[in-house]
Amino acid sequence: MPVEIEVRDVHKVYRRDTQEVPVLSGLSLQIQKGEYVALMGPSGSGKTTLLNLIGGIDQPTRGSIEVSGTDIAKLRGAALAKWRSRNIGFIFQLYNLIPVLSAIQNVELPLLLVKMSGAERKKRATTALELVGLGDRLGHFPRQLSGGQEQRVAIARALVSDPELLLADEPTGDLDRKSGGEILDLLSRLNKEFKKTIVMVTHDPHAAERADRMVHLDKGVLSN
Amino acid sequence: MSILSLVLVNLGRNKRRTILTTLSVMVGVFLFCALGGVLDTMNRSIQLGSLTRLVTRNKISLVFPMPYSYRDRLAAVPGIRRVGIQNWFGGVDPKDPHNFFAQFAVDDNFLAIYRPDVELVEYSTPQVETGVPEGNDPRLASFFQEQTACIVGKQLMVKNGWKLGQTITVSGTIYPGDWPMTIRAVYVAKRKNFGEQTVFFHFKYLDEKGMGGSKSIGIYVLDLANPDQAATIAKTVDAMFVNSSAATLTESEQAFQAGFISMYGNVPFVLRVIGLAIVFAILLVAANTMMTTFRERTSEFGVLKTLGFADSTVFGIVLAEAALITLGGGIAGALLAKLLIEGSGFSMNGFLPPMSVYWSTVLVGVGIAVLMGAVSGLIPAWRAANLRIVDALRRVD
Repeated sequence: MPVEIEVRDVHKVYRRDTQEVPVLSGLSLQIQKGEYVALMGPSGSGKTTLLNLIGGIDQPTRGSIEVSGTDIAKLRGAALAKWRSRNIGFIFQLYNLIPVLSAIQNVELPLLLVKMSGAERKKRATTALELVGLGDRLGHFPRQLSGGQEQRVAIARALVSDPELLLADEPTGDLDRKSGGEILDLLSRLNKEFKKTIVMVTHDPHAAERADRMVHLDKGVLSN
Repeated sequence: MSILSLVLVNLGRNKRRTILTTLSVMVGVFLFCALGGVLDTMNRSIQLGSLTRLVTRNKISLVFPMPYSYRDRLAAVPGIRRVGIQNWFGGVDPKDPHNFFAQFAVDDNFLAIYRPDVELVEYSTPQVETGVPEGNDPRLASFFQEQTACIVGKQLMVKNGWKLGQTITVSGTIYPGDWPMTIRAVYVAKRKNFGEQTVFFHFKYLDEKGMGGSKSIGIYVLDLANPDQAATIAKTVDAMFVNSSAATLTESEQAFQAGFISMYGNVPFVLRVIGLAIVFAILLVAANTMMTTFRERTSEFGVLKTLGFADSTVFGIVLAEAALITLGGGIAGALLAKLLIEGSGFSMNGFLPPMSVYWSTVLVGVGIAVLMGAVSGLIPAWRAANLRIVDALRRVD
């Protein structure tokens, strides 16, 4: 199976006033296309930082990250934003939906950056919402949805531009066991049926068990 | 959905705040344009002066009179068709001293000179058919037959509820006593520099009752045959009286109006300063609103950027929100100022033409609103554009 993500000797250091805080220290990792990987580790181990670096929403201090053959550490500004919109779908712990937009409008957001008719945008957003089981909640606003439903809208938003890679940061962290289970089922389905590569940060061992592989981080390095 | 609808939806997020900010911009621009309208009206009163008329006054000041004997000497100057007389009366309404309106004592020639500027809309029929002095409207026959008759502007008639044929009384301040006058004609202005809130009555009435026949003259209005000769005639006239007890200053009607306006001193400057102070205060309100909006939505900007919105797009969205609020308020305020100020017909009791707000002032008002949008939205837009995604997402609101 071809390599989807190649992380090579990545260092990340945050600066707090005059103090430097190393978060990742020479981390290297390969993830295959279509693989479902769970990133685990204690708080402050660098899981979310690694996810952000793979998704191109943060830059490594040193090292390189290739995603689908593109060295994203070399991309900047608008080019990086464009790459993100085409290649990555993000799922956040707190869903991060826009409260004044309906479910379908939230899902349409990434498509505003693509040349596409309004009708086509709406059609694709509807399809994405139907895929996550919310075809009957198109016009509902986030405040009218349960946590699990909100997270499914967020997954539909991540899927709508058909990216190869889904990055999920504690997608079940704010949900009860039942809703969390439904979200994990959905992610497994996206991986198995739609061949999406998924990297998921989680603290939950039960959630991690759904993945093909578990990667443990501790103090900025792989521990397994 | 489109980027524009995203901007509009965001504006509706906190409707009360958006409406209040829009209203504050509207009021600010309204006041700016209304104050600008005062300046416009002052300028207009200067610009609308006729080129075929000169005004001669005492060189020392407008308040000092000139002898009546100048009249014939002026009339003899080549190029002057007619010489009219106009004296400020300065009376008040005895029933309501605060109900101020202008009154002028004028001679027959004055009315002939200004005949093209006014239209008679009501007039009394004379008891006996007689002619009128040369150059005057025949419909003024009744006015010319009666020494205590007067002509009144339409707006003043409406304002005071007066009727044609009614006798009104004015209390003199410069010329003491009660001055009954009968309204024999009502005029409207054909040119807007000629206000409709003035009473004109016979100079002869003033002279005989108030001056004891001394015939002191406030200003002479000179009607020229050829406007190209205005400068030469003005020099000639002033040279005639240079060594007399009442030296004269002769200038165009426009220059005379400008001199009159200059008596307001620094009022135009003060009005400009007040206008700009209002705009600055409103700018701070708008800027504060936009900064609050930015702070409340920091994590959302992070989400948009995560989804692939470029920094420039986020910058544009925030700036567009500020621009729509200020532009909407600005256009509404500027147009409201034009409609309300001009619709009111206010004319400072006849001292100025009816108030007007130039379209250029409206455009400046809208321009200021756009500027307010740019300035108030620039900092939050810049901060949103330069926000690091990880910092934005780390915030928990």
